[in-house]
Amino acid sequence: MSINTEKNSYTIIFAVIMVVVVGSLLALMASGLKSKIKENERFEKQQNILYAMGVNRNQDESSVNFIPTTEVESIFNNLIEGQYVLSGGEIQAQEEAYLIDLKKEINKIKKGDKASLPLFVGTNDNQKYYIIPMYGKGLWDAIWGYMAVDEDMIIKGVYFDHKAETPGLGANIKLRYFMDDFIGESIASNGKFGGISVVKGNNDPLNEDKSDAEVDALAGATITGNGVSDMIKESVKLYQPFLQSIMTN
Amino acid sequence: MALLSKKDTNLILDPLADNNPITIQVLGICSALAITAELKASVVMSISVLFVMGIGNVVISLLRNLIPSKIRIIVQLIVIAALVIIVDQVLKAFAYELSKTLSVFVGLIITNCIIMGRFEAFALGNGPWRSFLDGIGNAFGYAVILIMVGFLRELLGSGTLFGVPVLGDPIAKTGLYAFGYENNGFMIIPPAALIVVGVLIWIQRAQNKSLIEEA
Repeated sequence: MSINTEKNSYTIIFAVIMVVVVGSLLALMASGLKSKIKENERFEKQQNILYAMGVNRNQDESSVNFIPTTEVESIFNNLIEGQYVLSGGEIQAQEEAYLIDLKKEINKIKKGDKASLPLFVGTNDNQKYYIIPMYGKGLWDAIWGYMAVDEDMIIKGVYFDHKAETPGLGANIKLRYFMDDFIGESIASNGKFGGISVVKGNNDPLNEDKSDAEVDALAGATITGNGVSDMIKESVKLYQPFLQSIMTN
Repeated sequence: MALLSKKDTNLILDPLADNNPITIQVLGICSALAITAELKASVVMSISVLFVMGIGNVVISLLRNLIPSKIRIIVQLIVIAALVIIVDQVLKAFAYELSKTLSVFVGLIITNCIIMGRFEAFALGNGPWRSFLDGIGNAFGYAVILIMVGFLRELLGSGTLFGVPVLGDPIAKTGLYAFGYENNGFMIIPPAALIVVGVLIWIQRAQNKSLIEEA
């Protein structure tokens, strides 16, 4: 049997069948795996928030090890004592606020609509942590993260992640040597709120000066670094009403 | 009967050296430049391409007498895209950590010209088994170069391999760094990959003069 594959009618029928077969195959798979993927994403958010408040399984100076997925849910529920949303200057308690998509909320603000910005309060070893999520733009795509501060607006920990920054360059924002530099910096020096700048050549590569609100940039990743600076600045601005309310003078 | 005839063996071995997709055919250069700053990324990318290319070549080969030639490029693209999405979804569900490293490369695999090139040049005219061997062979040829470039760039640029420091600690000045050695920051930016690939091409052609094209 030979088919004339050059005929237009055949071409169209082939295209239709191909699209239907591939489309349904992918749809079937996506719906079959959806719940598992959602669960993974939920655990990841919990791991990231806990990481920002210094709860992790890091074993040495250079690796990032989260709480394993098997335990993260119960540890998260134990340590995070409050989940809130900041909406129009008001703070309200809200369950499962960590599942809020910050990107959508920030877009609402840009359009001038009322948004619900999630935030979390946790306690670990008698230290209170106030954790705010962050969302911004890197070189190629989105970057995001969490930042934990104490009542004096000193950063206790950060976690950064990215969608598609260049491996080996911008992707290094999620490595310890970059994230750890932020710990100890203040987002409110002299009572004035501001961000932390990622700068080149501030003569402080080991980040010993914690009062300058600056950390050393990653070589070859200027735009990603600027993205991180902007993201922190924006988030501090968004959450200022909340931060102001908890700050001890 | 031997599992592979001599001709079949050549399908796998040729792309490793004398008909390498990167250094001889100069295909797939974009990903070779973009992601080789780290060895780990190179290896992950190689495995993904191996998978997509092996299966994709077989699928295209099975369909080769049915695909209308007018829309064959689109059909090839659909096959690649579908395979890549399947890989991505399965990893997201069962190997979430790995999927995050991989997500960067998903787009790059779809646009990898080696895959399209092999579909077009080989799978459309050959049976499934030979197409499979050809796909695997070319993916290995791609992997060899990617891993070599990744190895050199990570070692010279960051002093690490797979993220593990191998030359000592640059900040505490131990190991090689105690003798004044410095990491070469140039190696981790994309232009360095171009130069490393260029040097590999040079070495290969100097070894085997028959590979040099007529000017």
